[in-house]
Amino acid sequence: MQTARTPLPYWLVAPGVLTMLAFVALPLVLTLSLSLYPFSPSTGIGEGLTVGHYTDIATDEYFHTIFLRTFGMAVLVTALCVLIGVPEAYVLGRLSPGWRAVSMVIVLGPLLISVVVRTLGWAILLGNEGVINRSLSSLGLIDTPIRMMFTFGGMAVALVHVLVPFMVLAVWASLQKVDPATEQAAESLGAGLPTVLARVVFPQVLPGVLSGALIVFALAASAFATPAIIGGRRLKVVPTTIYDEFLGNLNWPLGAALAVVLVVIVLAVSLGANRFVERRWRQVFE
Amino acid sequence: MLAPLVMVALVSFTDKGYIAMPFDGASWRWYRAILEAPDFIDAFWRSLALGAVAASLATLLAVPAGMAIAWHRFPGRDTVLGLLLSPLMVPHVVLGIALLRLFTQWGATGTLWGLAAAHTVIVLPYVLRLVVAAATGFDRSVAQAAESLGASGWTVFRRVELPLILPGVAGGWLIAFINSFDELTMSIFVASAATQTLPVKMYNHIAHTIDPLLASISTVLIALTLALMIALDRFYGLDRVLAGKT
Repeated sequence: MQTARTPLPYWLVAPGVLTMLAFVALPLVLTLSLSLYPFSPSTGIGEGLTVGHYTDIATDEYFHTIFLRTFGMAVLVTALCVLIGVPEAYVLGRLSPGWRAVSMVIVLGPLLISVVVRTLGWAILLGNEGVINRSLSSLGLIDTPIRMMFTFGGMAVALVHVLVPFMVLAVWASLQKVDPATEQAAESLGAGLPTVLARVVFPQVLPGVLSGALIVFALAASAFATPAIIGGRRLKVVPTTIYDEFLGNLNWPLGAALAVVLVVIVLAVSLGANRFVERRWRQVFE
Repeated sequence: MLAPLVMVALVSFTDKGYIAMPFDGASWRWYRAILEAPDFIDAFWRSLALGAVAASLATLLAVPAGMAIAWHRFPGRDTVLGLLLSPLMVPHVVLGIALLRLFTQWGATGTLWGLAAAHTVIVLPYVLRLVVAAATGFDRSVAQAAESLGASGWTVFRRVELPLILPGVAGGWLIAFINSFDELTMSIFVASAATQTLPVKMYNHIAHTIDPLLASISTVLIALTLALMIALDRFYGLDRVLAGKT
């Protein structure tokens, strides 16, 4: 690595940096300012600045429900992804190279396919005439179809399926750095598999679990397509509400305010969780 | 794990006019229907072109930046890296409304170039990560040997450095392309009725009714993605690309 005194690096990064400033930084700043404009259905966006939208969000029951639903779901989805993703990553890591290649494709391949397609699959599975209900009723286990589409549970399940690969990736990366000798040492001292996993392996992959959990949480809270398709018109989360306000009601300032609040909450939770976990399990992060 | 995708593929072969599983007659009916849906075909080509343009632009921006970040220590390097990777941390829905706001200001709503810029910015981090990874593992002594033999900076780049990081660049391009092609949430806000990408068109269709046409289109997409995955694996190794690691 050269500690260059030439301006060359600056020329090399300039195009990228300028593009980012123009198309990411600037729009975000404009959105923040947009959230401070008043709006009325008859006259549109008004003059002057107001924090009215933020107070609306803070005081209106309607928004409380939406935010609670969004972040409740994000927490639930994150927890489920940890429960499913960590063992999955572990199994993946312990497979022989031949099987691992196939399994990687199966686990990570879906990431390369549009979320619309994946969610369509869930819509087919979960519908009243869908596969799950059809099989259950033909097996005689149920009389009337179980309602899974347009429910919170259905939304959560589909979202877990969409986001688990991210958890697997993050944990797997951490797992690479675990020295198998630590597991072998534990076994040689008489520990059974559950103990080895819980007390030797898991603490060591904690950085991966944490990073995966934060990624999944952020993605779940800001997910749009899956809640829109599986949740439907009535089960709103913050991103679909932003969509409604922006493209439906044309209330751009409110939509912008909702977006700002979403980002702030996600950031706050991420930073808080990061600090908490790193402090509690300090050894692992050093 | 794959159940939803398998479902989509199976349903696409139904001979009925609606989604039903299981069904008794299998047919290619819904695949023929694709050929009779010109607006879906248009959207497909548009997404394809958009993906190629976005991936290429992103690569043009990311390769020099990636080399600078990997090979030079300069003040502000970390900030630059953070800025270039920032789209990864902004929810797409937020980026979508932010860009819609920006384009309205510039009078560029519903334009193809605006959409291309938006996609370029979103996929740039993926290319950058892979370029930096490829460049970091690069033995500089080869480049220094070439310099000492009198090669100019440009020649060193063109004939020594670029060929050696090319697998990373190519893998990055491919991942960027795939991400652009699949992108939905941001595109919903930035694309207009005239510039709809395939995922946006499919989403709007699903909002009305889930009909088997969507299933057959989806199955075609799944098949194409499988083919791409094989190509990606040959080029670079699927796990390295997806994990973004060296």
